[in-house]
Amino acid sequence: MKLNKEIRKDIVRMTYLSNSSHVGSCLSIVEILSVLFFQILNIDPKNPNKKNRDKFILSKAHGSAALYAVMARKGYFSRKWLDKFYIDNGKLPGHLDKEIVPGLETSGGSLGHGLSLGVGMALANKLDKNPGKIYVLLGCGECNEGSVWEAIMLAATKKLENLTAIVDFNELQSFGRTNEVIDQRNIKERWEAFGWSALEIDGHDQDAIVKAIKKTQQRPKVIIAHTIKGKGVSFMEDRLEWHYKSPTQEQYLQAIKELGGE
Amino acid sequence: MRDTFVKCLIERAKIDKRIYVISPDMGFSVFEEFIKRYPNRFLNVGIAEQNAIGVAAGVALSGKIVYVYSIIPFVNMRCYEQVRVDVAYMNSNVKLVGIGAGFTYGSAGLTHQAIEDIAIMRSMPNMTVCAPGDPCEVEQIVKQSFLYKGPMYIRLAKNKEPMLHSHTDKITIGKASIMRKGKDIALLATSNLLATALRWSEEWRKEGIKAAVVSMHTIKPLDYNYIRSLINKKIPIITLEEHNIIGGLGSAVAEIIAESGMAIKFKRIGIQDIYSHFVGSAEFQRKKFNLINKPDLRKFFTK
Repeated sequence: MKLNKEIRKDIVRMTYLSNSSHVGSCLSIVEILSVLFFQILNIDPKNPNKKNRDKFILSKAHGSAALYAVMARKGYFSRKWLDKFYIDNGKLPGHLDKEIVPGLETSGGSLGHGLSLGVGMALANKLDKNPGKIYVLLGCGECNEGSVWEAIMLAATKKLENLTAIVDFNELQSFGRTNEVIDQRNIKERWEAFGWSALEIDGHDQDAIVKAIKKTQQRPKVIIAHTIKGKGVSFMEDRLEWHYKSPTQEQYLQAIKELGGE
Repeated sequence: MRDTFVKCLIERAKIDKRIYVISPDMGFSVFEEFIKRYPNRFLNVGIAEQNAIGVAAGVALSGKIVYVYSIIPFVNMRCYEQVRVDVAYMNSNVKLVGIGAGFTYGSAGLTHQAIEDIAIMRSMPNMTVCAPGDPCEVEQIVKQSFLYKGPMYIRLAKNKEPMLHSHTDKITIGKASIMRKGKDIALLATSNLLATALRWSEEWRKEGIKAAVVSMHTIKPLDYNYIRSLINKKIPIITLEEHNIIGGLGSAVAEIIAESGMAIKFKRIGIQDIYSHFVGSAEFQRKKFNLINKPDLRKFFTK
Protein backbone atom coordinates (compact mmCIF):
# COMPACT_ATOMS: atom_id res chain seq x y z
CA MET A 1 0.00 0.00 0.00
CA LYS A 2 2.90 2.29 0.76
CA LEU A 3 4.29 1.50 -2.69
CA ASN A 4 1.05 2.61 -4.31
CA LYS A 5 1.20 5.93 -2.46
CA GLU A 6 4.74 6.43 -3.71
CA ILE A 7 3.64 5.66 -7.26
CA ARG A 8 0.77 8.14 -6.90
CA LYS A 9 3.20 10.78 -5.68
CA ASP A 10 5.39 10.14 -8.73
CA ILE A 11 2.38 10.54 -11.02
CA VAL A 12 1.25 13.81 -9.45
CA ARG A 13 4.81 15.12 -9.53
CA MET A 14 5.25 14.13 -13.19
CA THR A 15 2.07 15.86 -14.33
CA TYR A 16 2.86 18.90 -12.17
CA LEU A 17 6.43 19.29 -13.50
CA SER A 18 5.43 18.80 -17.11
CA ASN A 19 2.15 20.69 -16.91
CA SER A 20 0.49 17.71 -18.58
CA SER A 21 -3.00 16.19 -18.61
CA HIS A 22 -4.52 12.84 -17.60
CA VAL A 23 -3.49 12.76 -13.94
CA GLY A 24 -6.96 11.46 -13.04
CA SER A 25 -6.75 8.64 -15.59
CA CYS A 26 -3.38 7.64 -14.15
CA LEU A 27 -4.45 7.63 -10.52
CA SER A 28 -7.29 5.20 -11.20
CA ILE A 29 -5.02 2.42 -12.48
CA VAL A 30 -2.25 2.40 -9.86
CA GLU A 31 -3.36 -0.75 -8.02
CA ILE A 32 -3.94 -2.62 -11.29
CA LEU A 33 -0.48 -1.76 -12.64
CA SER A 34 1.22 -2.35 -9.36
CA VAL A 35 -0.33 -5.82 -8.99
CA LEU A 36 0.55 -6.73 -12.58
CA PHE A 37 4.17 -5.59 -12.46
CA PHE A 38 5.02 -6.71 -8.93
CA GLN A 39 2.93 -9.83 -8.48
CA ILE A 40 1.77 -11.25 -11.78
CA LEU A 41 3.85 -10.58 -14.89
CA ASN A 42 6.67 -12.98 -15.70
CA ILE A 43 9.05 -10.28 -16.90
CA ASP A 44 12.66 -9.27 -16.39
CA PRO A 45 13.61 -5.61 -16.63
CA LYS A 46 17.23 -6.63 -17.21
CA ASN A 47 16.12 -8.70 -20.18
CA PRO A 48 13.02 -6.99 -21.58
CA ASN A 49 12.87 -9.27 -24.64
CA LYS A 50 13.03 -12.47 -22.59
CA LYS A 51 11.51 -15.37 -24.46
CA ASN A 52 8.23 -16.71 -23.06
CA ARG A 53 7.68 -13.53 -21.04
CA ASP A 54 4.22 -12.22 -20.26
CA LYS A 55 3.26 -9.09 -22.17
CA PHE A 56 1.36 -6.08 -20.93
CA ILE A 57 -0.32 -3.54 -23.21
CA LEU A 58 -1.59 -0.22 -21.89
CA SER A 59 -4.31 0.40 -24.44
CA LYS A 60 -5.51 3.53 -22.60
CA ALA A 61 -2.08 4.95 -23.30
CA HIS A 62 -2.93 8.36 -21.85
CA GLY A 63 -2.29 6.62 -18.53
CA SER A 64 1.38 6.58 -19.51
CA ALA A 65 2.63 8.47 -16.44
CA ALA A 66 1.29 5.71 -14.19
CA LEU A 67 2.93 3.03 -16.30
CA TYR A 68 6.28 4.85 -16.33
CA ALA A 69 6.18 5.35 -12.57
CA VAL A 70 5.59 1.63 -12.08
CA MET A 71 8.15 0.55 -14.69
CA ALA A 72 10.81 2.80 -13.14
CA ARG A 73 10.27 1.16 -9.76
CA LYS A 74 10.39 -2.24 -11.43
CA GLY A 75 13.81 -1.29 -12.79
CA TYR A 76 13.26 -0.75 -16.52
CA PHE A 77 14.87 2.68 -16.32
CA SER A 78 16.07 5.16 -13.74
CA ARG A 79 13.51 7.00 -11.63
CA LYS A 80 15.30 10.18 -12.73
CA TRP A 81 13.61 9.64 -16.09
CA LEU A 82 10.27 10.43 -14.46
CA ASP A 83 11.33 14.09 -14.33
CA LYS A 84 11.82 13.91 -18.08
CA PHE A 85 8.20 13.14 -18.89
CA TYR A 86 6.36 15.18 -21.53
CA ILE A 87 8.97 17.97 -21.59
CA ASP A 88 11.38 19.25 -24.25
CA ASN A 89 14.26 16.85 -24.75
CA GLY A 90 12.39 14.44 -22.50
CA LYS A 91 12.83 10.70 -22.14
CA LEU A 92 9.22 9.64 -21.70
CA PRO A 93 6.54 10.73 -24.19
CA GLY A 94 2.97 11.66 -23.31
CA HIS A 95 1.71 8.57 -25.07
CA LEU A 96 3.64 5.39 -25.67
CA ASP A 97 6.61 4.97 -28.01
CA LYS A 98 8.23 1.55 -27.79
CA GLU A 99 11.24 2.71 -29.80
CA ILE A 100 12.45 4.98 -27.04
CA VAL A 101 11.11 3.51 -23.80
CA PRO A 102 12.72 0.23 -22.71
CA GLY A 103 10.25 -2.52 -21.84
CA LEU A 104 7.22 -1.23 -23.71
CA GLU A 105 5.61 -3.93 -25.84
CA THR A 106 3.64 -1.51 -28.00
CA SER A 107 3.38 2.11 -28.99
CA GLY A 108 0.03 3.81 -28.72
CA GLY A 109 -2.13 6.69 -27.71
CA SER A 110 -5.07 6.25 -30.00
CA LEU A 111 -7.88 4.34 -28.33
CA GLY A 112 -9.17 1.01 -29.56
CA HIS A 113 -5.83 -0.42 -30.71
CA GLY A 114 -4.46 -2.36 -27.75
CA LEU A 115 -6.87 -5.27 -27.63
CA SER A 116 -6.29 -6.10 -31.32
CA LEU A 117 -2.55 -6.06 -30.73
CA GLY A 118 -3.04 -8.28 -27.70
CA VAL A 119 -5.18 -10.71 -29.69
CA GLY A 120 -2.41 -10.92 -32.28
CA MET A 121 0.20 -11.63 -29.62
CA ALA A 122 -2.02 -14.22 -27.93
CA LEU A 123 -2.62 -15.97 -31.26
CA ALA A 124 1.11 -16.01 -32.04
CA ASN A 125 1.92 -17.40 -28.59
CA LYS A 126 -0.59 -20.23 -29.02
CA LEU A 127 0.83 -21.02 -32.46
CA ASP A 128 4.37 -21.09 -31.06
CA LYS A 129 3.35 -22.96 -27.88
CA ASN A 130 4.75 -20.01 -25.97
CA PRO A 131 3.37 -20.03 -22.40
CA GLY A 132 3.58 -16.22 -22.08
CA LYS A 133 0.29 -14.57 -21.19
CA ILE A 134 -1.07 -11.33 -22.61
CA TYR A 135 -2.69 -8.61 -20.49
CA VAL A 136 -4.41 -5.54 -21.93
CA LEU A 137 -5.66 -2.60 -19.88
CA LEU A 138 -8.44 -0.57 -21.46
CA GLY A 139 -10.41 2.46 -20.38
CA CYS A 140 -14.18 2.32 -19.97
CA GLY A 141 -14.63 5.17 -22.44
CA GLU A 142 -12.34 3.31 -24.79
CA CYS A 143 -14.97 0.59 -25.05
CA ASN A 144 -16.97 3.06 -27.18
CA GLU A 145 -14.55 2.22 -29.99
CA GLY A 146 -15.96 -0.30 -32.47
CA SER A 147 -12.54 -1.84 -33.01
CA VAL A 148 -12.54 -3.03 -29.38
CA TRP A 149 -15.61 -5.14 -30.12
CA GLU A 150 -14.06 -6.51 -33.30
CA ALA A 151 -11.17 -7.73 -31.17
CA ILE A 152 -13.50 -9.07 -28.45
CA MET A 153 -15.38 -11.16 -31.02
CA LEU A 154 -12.24 -12.63 -32.54
CA ALA A 155 -10.65 -13.43 -29.19
CA ALA A 156 -13.75 -15.36 -28.13
CA THR A 157 -13.97 -17.21 -31.45
CA LYS A 158 -10.34 -18.28 -31.13
CA LYS A 159 -10.80 -19.17 -27.43
CA LEU A 160 -7.72 -17.21 -26.39
CA GLU A 161 -7.42 -18.37 -22.80
CA ASN A 162 -3.98 -16.77 -22.66
CA LEU A 163 -5.51 -13.30 -22.98
CA THR A 164 -6.83 -11.17 -20.14
CA ALA A 165 -8.40 -7.74 -20.56
CA ILE A 166 -8.88 -5.35 -17.68
CA VAL A 167 -11.28 -2.43 -18.02
CA ASP A 168 -10.53 0.57 -15.83
CA PHE A 169 -14.15 1.45 -15.19
CA ASN A 170 -13.76 4.88 -13.59
CA GLU A 171 -17.06 6.07 -15.09
CA LEU A 172 -15.65 9.23 -16.61
CA GLN A 173 -14.53 9.82 -20.18
CA SER A 174 -13.26 12.86 -22.06
CA PHE A 175 -16.44 14.86 -22.09
CA GLY A 176 -18.92 13.25 -19.79
CA ARG A 177 -20.03 10.44 -17.49
CA THR A 178 -19.31 7.14 -19.22
CA ASN A 179 -22.79 5.71 -18.84
CA GLU A 180 -24.42 8.95 -19.96
CA VAL A 181 -22.35 9.21 -23.14
CA ILE A 182 -22.69 5.52 -24.04
CA ASP A 183 -24.62 3.44 -21.54
CA GLN A 184 -22.39 0.56 -20.44
CA ARG A 185 -23.94 -0.26 -17.07
CA ASN A 186 -24.24 -3.87 -18.19
CA ILE A 187 -20.67 -3.97 -19.50
CA LYS A 188 -19.95 -7.33 -17.82
CA GLU A 189 -22.95 -8.93 -19.53
CA ARG A 190 -21.88 -7.47 -22.85
CA TRP A 191 -18.44 -9.09 -22.76
CA GLU A 192 -20.01 -12.33 -21.50
CA ALA A 193 -22.54 -12.28 -24.32
CA PHE A 194 -19.62 -11.98 -26.74
CA GLY A 195 -18.08 -15.15 -25.29
CA TRP A 196 -15.65 -13.96 -22.62
CA SER A 197 -15.40 -14.95 -18.96
CA ALA A 198 -16.15 -11.79 -17.02
CA LEU A 199 -15.55 -10.71 -13.44
CA GLU A 200 -16.41 -7.50 -11.68
CA ILE A 201 -14.20 -6.23 -8.87
CA ASP A 202 -13.14 -3.19 -6.89
CA GLY A 203 -10.16 -2.00 -8.94
CA HIS A 204 -8.44 -0.52 -5.91
CA ASP A 205 -8.56 -3.76 -3.90
CA GLN A 206 -5.22 -5.44 -4.57
CA ASP A 207 -6.26 -8.83 -3.22
CA ALA A 208 -9.35 -8.79 -5.42
CA ILE A 209 -7.22 -7.91 -8.46
CA VAL A 210 -4.77 -10.74 -7.76
CA LYS A 211 -7.58 -13.22 -7.21
CA ALA A 212 -9.38 -12.19 -10.37
CA ILE A 213 -6.25 -12.42 -12.51
CA LYS A 214 -5.25 -15.78 -11.07
CA LYS A 215 -8.66 -17.34 -11.57
CA THR A 216 -8.21 -20.06 -14.19
CA GLN A 217 -9.83 -19.52 -17.52
CA GLN A 218 -10.74 -21.61 -20.56
CA ARG A 219 -11.69 -18.55 -22.54
CA PRO A 220 -10.42 -14.99 -22.77
CA LYS A 221 -11.17 -13.20 -19.53
CA VAL A 222 -12.18 -9.64 -18.80
CA ILE A 223 -11.96 -8.02 -15.40
CA ILE A 224 -14.23 -5.03 -15.01
CA ALA A 225 -12.32 -3.06 -12.41
CA HIS A 226 -14.47 -0.40 -10.77
CA THR A 227 -12.21 2.49 -9.96
CA ILE A 228 -12.29 6.15 -9.04
CA LYS A 229 -10.77 8.63 -11.42
CA GLY A 230 -8.20 10.70 -9.50
CA LYS A 231 -8.11 8.12 -6.68
CA GLY A 232 -6.06 9.14 -3.65
CA VAL A 233 -6.23 12.91 -4.02
CA SER A 234 -9.44 14.26 -2.49
CA PHE A 235 -10.00 17.17 -4.85
CA MET A 236 -9.25 15.10 -7.95
CA GLU A 237 -11.49 12.13 -7.18
CA ASP A 238 -14.33 11.57 -9.63
CA ARG A 239 -13.86 14.95 -11.29
CA LEU A 240 -13.88 15.19 -15.09
CA GLU A 241 -11.63 18.26 -15.12
CA TRP A 242 -8.66 16.15 -13.97
CA HIS A 243 -8.68 14.48 -17.35
CA TYR A 244 -7.21 17.77 -18.54
CA LYS A 245 -5.82 19.93 -15.76
CA SER A 246 -2.42 19.67 -14.24
CA PRO A 247 -1.95 20.66 -10.64
CA THR A 248 -0.86 24.16 -9.65
CA GLN A 249 1.96 24.39 -7.13
CA GLU A 250 -0.54 24.74 -4.32
CA GLN A 251 -2.56 21.76 -5.53
CA TYR A 252 0.60 19.76 -6.02
CA LEU A 253 1.70 20.36 -2.42
CA GLN A 254 -1.78 19.55 -1.15
CA ALA A 255 -1.86 16.30 -3.16
CA ILE A 256 1.56 15.21 -1.91
CA LYS A 257 0.45 15.96 1.66
CA GLU A 258 -2.64 13.81 1.23
CA LEU A 259 -0.47 11.00 -0.16
CA GLY A 260 1.72 11.03 2.94
CA GLY A 261 4.18 13.82 2.22
CA GLU A 262 7.58 13.88 0.52
CA MET B 1 -1.08 -10.74 -60.36
CA ARG B 2 -3.10 -12.27 -57.53
CA ASP B 3 -2.26 -15.84 -58.52
CA THR B 4 1.42 -14.94 -58.81
CA PHE B 5 1.36 -13.41 -55.33
CA VAL B 6 -0.29 -16.46 -53.77
CA LYS B 7 1.99 -18.90 -55.61
CA CYS B 8 5.08 -17.11 -54.28
CA LEU B 9 3.59 -17.01 -50.81
CA ILE B 10 2.84 -20.74 -50.77
CA GLU B 11 6.38 -21.55 -51.91
CA ARG B 12 7.96 -19.31 -49.33
CA ALA B 13 5.72 -20.48 -46.47
CA LYS B 14 7.14 -23.96 -46.95
CA ILE B 15 10.65 -22.87 -46.02
CA ASP B 16 9.86 -19.87 -43.82
CA LYS B 17 7.60 -20.78 -40.93
CA ARG B 18 7.23 -17.12 -39.99
CA ILE B 19 4.96 -16.40 -42.97
CA TYR B 20 1.43 -15.72 -41.71
CA VAL B 21 -1.64 -14.50 -43.62
CA ILE B 22 -4.53 -12.44 -42.29
CA SER B 23 -7.63 -11.63 -44.29
CA PRO B 24 -10.74 -9.68 -43.33
CA ASP B 25 -12.98 -12.29 -44.96
CA MET B 26 -11.47 -12.03 -48.45
CA GLY B 27 -9.75 -14.70 -50.51
CA PHE B 28 -12.40 -16.98 -52.02
CA SER B 29 -10.68 -18.99 -54.79
CA VAL B 30 -7.39 -17.39 -53.76
CA PHE B 31 -6.20 -18.87 -50.47
CA GLU B 32 -7.73 -22.37 -50.46
CA GLU B 33 -4.40 -24.03 -51.32
CA PHE B 34 -2.48 -21.97 -48.75
CA ILE B 35 -5.04 -22.87 -46.09
CA LYS B 36 -4.88 -26.56 -47.03
CA ARG B 37 -1.11 -26.59 -46.62
CA TYR B 38 -0.71 -24.22 -43.68
CA PRO B 39 -4.02 -24.15 -41.80
CA ASN B 40 -2.43 -22.66 -38.69
CA ARG B 41 -0.90 -19.77 -40.56
CA PHE B 42 -4.00 -18.34 -42.16
CA LEU B 43 -6.49 -16.31 -40.17
CA ASN B 44 -9.82 -14.94 -41.32
CA VAL B 45 -10.63 -12.27 -38.73
CA GLY B 46 -14.07 -11.62 -40.17
CA ILE B 47 -15.29 -8.44 -41.78
CA ALA B 48 -13.34 -6.25 -39.40
CA GLU B 49 -10.52 -4.40 -41.09
CA GLN B 50 -9.38 -2.31 -38.14
CA ASN B 51 -8.94 -5.43 -36.08
CA ALA B 52 -7.23 -7.18 -39.00
CA ILE B 53 -4.43 -4.63 -38.97
CA GLY B 54 -4.08 -4.53 -35.19
CA VAL B 55 -3.98 -8.31 -34.96
CA ALA B 56 -1.49 -8.42 -37.83
CA ALA B 57 0.79 -6.03 -35.96
CA GLY B 58 0.45 -8.09 -32.78
CA VAL B 59 1.40 -11.26 -34.63
CA ALA B 60 4.27 -9.46 -36.40
CA LEU B 61 5.59 -8.08 -33.10
CA SER B 62 5.75 -11.72 -31.98
CA GLY B 63 8.27 -12.50 -34.73
CA LYS B 64 6.15 -13.39 -37.76
CA ILE B 65 6.05 -11.90 -41.25
CA VAL B 66 2.40 -11.05 -41.74
CA TYR B 67 0.63 -10.51 -45.07
CA VAL B 68 -2.77 -8.83 -44.89
CA TYR B 69 -4.82 -9.29 -48.04
CA SER B 70 -7.99 -7.59 -49.20
CA ILE B 71 -9.39 -5.22 -51.79
CA ILE B 72 -7.36 -2.01 -51.58
CA PRO B 73 -9.83 0.28 -49.73
CA PHE B 74 -10.19 -2.42 -47.07
CA VAL B 75 -6.51 -2.98 -46.55
CA ASN B 76 -5.46 0.62 -46.07
CA MET B 77 -8.37 3.08 -46.05
CA ARG B 78 -10.99 1.62 -43.73
CA CYS B 79 -8.16 0.91 -41.30
CA TYR B 80 -5.81 3.78 -42.10
CA GLU B 81 -5.16 4.80 -38.52
CA GLN B 82 -4.37 1.23 -37.48
CA VAL B 83 -1.92 1.08 -40.38
CA ARG B 84 -0.41 4.37 -39.24
CA VAL B 85 0.08 3.51 -35.58
CA ASP B 86 0.31 -0.28 -35.42
CA VAL B 87 2.22 -0.87 -38.64
CA ALA B 88 4.10 2.26 -39.76
CA TYR B 89 4.88 3.95 -36.42
CA MET B 90 5.82 0.70 -34.71
CA ASN B 91 7.69 -0.38 -37.84
CA SER B 92 6.12 -3.82 -37.59
CA ASN B 93 6.80 -6.45 -40.18
CA VAL B 94 3.40 -6.30 -41.85
CA LYS B 95 2.92 -6.36 -45.63
CA LEU B 96 -0.36 -4.99 -46.93
CA VAL B 97 -1.40 -6.54 -50.21
CA GLY B 98 -4.35 -4.94 -51.94
CA ILE B 99 -6.08 -5.88 -55.15
CA GLY B 100 -8.15 -3.58 -57.32
CA ALA B 101 -5.68 -0.88 -58.41
CA GLY B 102 -7.39 2.17 -59.90
CA PHE B 103 -10.51 1.22 -61.82
CA THR B 104 -9.91 -2.54 -61.70
CA TYR B 105 -13.28 -2.96 -59.95
CA GLY B 106 -14.89 -0.53 -62.40
CA SER B 107 -18.51 -1.62 -62.37
CA ALA B 108 -18.50 -2.21 -58.62
CA GLY B 109 -18.35 1.52 -58.06
CA LEU B 110 -16.19 3.92 -56.10
CA THR B 111 -16.19 1.99 -52.82
CA HIS B 112 -14.18 -0.76 -54.49
CA GLN B 113 -12.00 1.43 -56.69
CA ALA B 114 -8.67 2.78 -55.47
CA ILE B 115 -7.51 6.15 -56.70
CA GLU B 116 -6.05 7.68 -53.53
CA ASP B 117 -4.13 4.74 -52.08
CA ILE B 118 -0.68 5.63 -53.38
CA ALA B 119 -0.97 9.14 -51.99
CA ILE B 120 -2.04 8.10 -48.52
CA MET B 121 0.41 5.25 -48.26
CA ARG B 122 3.46 7.12 -49.50
CA SER B 123 2.86 9.88 -46.97
CA MET B 124 3.51 7.45 -44.14
CA PRO B 125 7.08 7.22 -42.78
CA ASN B 126 8.60 3.70 -42.74
CA MET B 127 6.20 2.55 -45.48
CA THR B 128 7.54 1.11 -48.73
CA VAL B 129 5.05 1.41 -51.60
CA CYS B 130 5.14 -0.92 -54.59
CA ALA B 131 2.80 -0.91 -57.58
CA PRO B 132 3.91 -3.66 -59.96
CA GLY B 133 2.79 -3.48 -63.59
CA ASP B 134 2.81 -7.13 -64.60
CA PRO B 135 3.12 -10.64 -63.09
CA CYS B 136 6.89 -10.61 -63.55
CA GLU B 137 7.19 -7.53 -61.36
CA VAL B 138 4.73 -9.02 -58.86
CA GLU B 139 6.78 -12.17 -58.55
CA GLN B 140 10.09 -10.44 -57.97
CA ILE B 141 8.68 -7.80 -55.64
CA VAL B 142 6.80 -10.36 -53.56
CA LYS B 143 9.91 -12.54 -53.33
CA GLN B 144 11.98 -9.55 -52.22
CA SER B 145 9.30 -8.61 -49.69
CA PHE B 146 10.01 -11.82 -47.75
CA LEU B 147 13.42 -10.47 -46.84
CA TYR B 148 12.44 -6.80 -46.72
CA LYS B 149 12.10 -5.87 -43.09
CA GLY B 150 9.35 -3.46 -42.10
CA PRO B 151 6.03 -2.21 -43.42
CA MET B 152 5.18 -2.47 -47.06
CA TYR B 153 2.19 -1.86 -49.29
CA ILE B 154 1.87 -3.84 -52.53
CA ARG B 155 -0.76 -2.56 -54.96
CA LEU B 156 -2.04 -5.24 -57.31
CA ALA B 157 -4.53 -5.12 -60.16
CA LYS B 158 -6.40 -8.41 -60.12
CA ASN B 159 -5.69 -11.48 -62.17
CA LYS B 160 -4.60 -12.70 -65.59
CA GLU B 161 -2.77 -9.50 -66.48
CA PRO B 162 -0.41 -9.94 -69.47
CA MET B 163 3.29 -10.54 -68.95
CA LEU B 164 5.07 -7.41 -70.17
CA HIS B 165 8.64 -8.11 -69.12
CA SER B 166 10.75 -10.87 -70.50
CA HIS B 167 11.50 -13.57 -67.94
CA THR B 168 15.12 -12.52 -67.69
CA ASP B 169 14.34 -8.95 -66.60
CA LYS B 170 15.61 -8.20 -63.14
CA ILE B 171 13.32 -6.15 -60.94
CA THR B 172 14.63 -4.49 -57.79
CA ILE B 173 12.50 -2.68 -55.22
CA GLY B 174 13.43 1.01 -55.41
CA LYS B 175 14.93 0.88 -58.89
CA ALA B 176 13.12 2.11 -62.01
CA SER B 177 12.78 -0.59 -64.64
CA ILE B 178 13.54 0.62 -68.17
CA MET B 179 11.42 -1.37 -70.61
CA ARG B 180 11.95 0.61 -73.82
CA LYS B 181 14.78 2.96 -74.61
CA GLY B 182 14.17 6.31 -76.26
CA LYS B 183 15.64 9.78 -76.04
CA ASP B 184 12.77 11.98 -77.24
CA ILE B 185 10.59 11.56 -74.20
CA ALA B 186 10.35 9.39 -71.07
CA LEU B 187 6.99 7.86 -70.20
CA LEU B 188 7.00 6.80 -66.56
CA ALA B 189 4.12 4.46 -65.80
CA THR B 190 3.06 2.50 -62.78
CA SER B 191 0.77 -0.31 -61.75
CA ASN B 192 -1.98 -1.42 -64.12
CA LEU B 193 -1.24 1.22 -66.79
CA LEU B 194 2.15 -0.18 -67.73
CA ALA B 195 0.65 -2.01 -70.72
CA THR B 196 -0.95 1.24 -71.88
CA ALA B 197 2.43 2.97 -71.72
CA LEU B 198 4.00 0.29 -73.89
CA ARG B 199 1.21 0.59 -76.44
CA TRP B 200 1.59 4.38 -76.60
CA SER B 201 5.33 4.05 -77.18
CA GLU B 202 4.70 1.69 -80.13
CA GLU B 203 2.27 4.16 -81.61
CA TRP B 204 4.69 7.05 -81.15
CA ARG B 205 7.50 5.04 -82.68
CA LYS B 206 5.43 4.77 -85.88
CA GLU B 207 5.25 8.56 -85.84
CA GLY B 208 9.01 8.78 -85.44
CA ILE B 209 9.03 9.64 -81.72
CA LYS B 210 11.25 7.47 -79.61
CA ALA B 211 9.80 7.23 -76.12
CA ALA B 212 11.51 5.51 -73.23
CA VAL B 213 9.02 3.45 -71.23
CA VAL B 214 9.89 3.07 -67.61
CA SER B 215 8.04 1.00 -65.05
CA MET B 216 7.94 2.78 -61.71
CA HIS B 217 6.92 -0.30 -59.76
CA THR B 218 8.26 1.28 -56.60
CA ILE B 219 6.69 4.60 -55.71
CA LYS B 220 8.54 4.78 -52.43
CA PRO B 221 11.46 4.89 -52.20
CA LEU B 222 11.23 6.51 -55.64
CA ASP B 223 14.30 6.02 -57.84
CA TYR B 224 15.60 9.56 -57.35
CA ASN B 225 18.84 8.99 -59.23
CA TYR B 226 17.08 7.76 -62.34
CA ILE B 227 14.64 10.65 -62.44
CA ARG B 228 17.45 13.07 -61.75
CA SER B 229 19.38 11.62 -64.70
CA LEU B 230 16.38 12.31 -66.98
CA ILE B 231 16.22 15.87 -65.70
CA ASN B 232 19.95 16.37 -66.21
CA LYS B 233 19.60 15.16 -69.79
CA LYS B 234 16.61 17.49 -70.26
CA ILE B 235 14.42 14.61 -71.40
CA PRO B 236 10.71 15.54 -71.29
CA ILE B 237 8.77 13.42 -68.78
CA ILE B 238 5.20 12.19 -68.83
CA THR B 239 3.83 10.19 -65.90
CA LEU B 240 0.95 7.77 -66.28
CA GLU B 241 -1.07 6.25 -63.47
CA GLU B 242 -4.59 5.07 -62.72
CA HIS B 243 -4.69 7.17 -59.60
CA ASN B 244 -5.73 10.65 -58.63
CA ILE B 245 -3.48 13.32 -60.11
CA ILE B 246 -2.85 14.52 -56.55
CA GLY B 247 -0.31 12.61 -54.52
CA GLY B 248 0.57 9.70 -56.76
CA LEU B 249 3.48 8.92 -59.07
CA GLY B 250 3.10 12.19 -60.96
CA SER B 251 3.29 14.21 -57.76
CA ALA B 252 6.30 12.26 -56.55
CA VAL B 253 8.16 12.90 -59.81
CA ALA B 254 7.08 16.56 -59.83
CA GLU B 255 8.63 17.01 -56.39
CA ILE B 256 12.01 15.91 -57.70
CA ILE B 257 11.76 18.11 -60.79
CA ALA B 258 10.68 21.15 -58.77
CA GLU B 259 13.60 20.81 -56.37
CA SER B 260 16.12 20.18 -59.12
CA GLY B 261 16.16 23.86 -60.08
CA MET B 262 15.97 22.81 -63.71
CA ALA B 263 13.10 23.21 -66.10
CA ILE B 264 11.96 20.35 -68.30
CA LYS B 265 8.74 19.60 -70.13
CA PHE B 266 6.52 17.62 -67.78
CA LYS B 267 2.98 16.26 -67.76
CA ARG B 268 1.02 14.15 -65.32
CA ILE B 269 -1.61 11.84 -66.72
CA GLY B 270 -4.05 10.38 -64.25
CA ILE B 271 -7.52 10.93 -62.83
CA GLN B 272 -8.27 14.63 -62.62
CA ASP B 273 -9.27 14.83 -58.95
CA ILE B 274 -12.76 13.49 -59.56
CA TYR B 275 -14.67 10.37 -58.46
CA SER B 276 -16.25 8.23 -61.12
CA HIS B 277 -20.01 8.15 -61.26
CA PHE B 278 -19.95 6.22 -64.54
CA VAL B 279 -21.24 2.67 -64.54
CA GLY B 280 -18.98 0.31 -66.40
CA SER B 281 -15.90 -1.86 -66.56
CA ALA B 282 -12.33 -0.76 -65.92
CA GLU B 283 -11.78 -0.28 -69.63
CA PHE B 284 -14.97 1.76 -69.89
CA GLN B 285 -13.90 3.96 -66.97
CA ARG B 286 -10.52 4.51 -68.64
CA LYS B 287 -12.26 5.68 -71.79
CA LYS B 288 -14.30 8.16 -69.78
CA PHE B 289 -11.19 9.45 -67.99
CA ASN B 290 -8.97 9.75 -71.10
CA LEU B 291 -6.62 6.99 -70.08
CA ILE B 292 -6.86 4.98 -73.30
CA ASN B 293 -5.60 7.24 -76.07
CA LYS B 294 -2.12 8.70 -76.00
CA PRO B 295 -1.80 12.44 -75.45
CA ASP B 296 -1.12 14.78 -78.33
CA LEU B 297 2.62 15.33 -78.12
CA ARG B 298 2.63 18.30 -80.51
CA LYS B 299 0.55 20.17 -77.97
CA PHE B 300 2.81 18.97 -75.17
CA PHE B 301 6.00 20.09 -76.86
CA THR B 302 4.76 23.47 -78.10
CA LYS B 303 2.96 24.57 -74.94
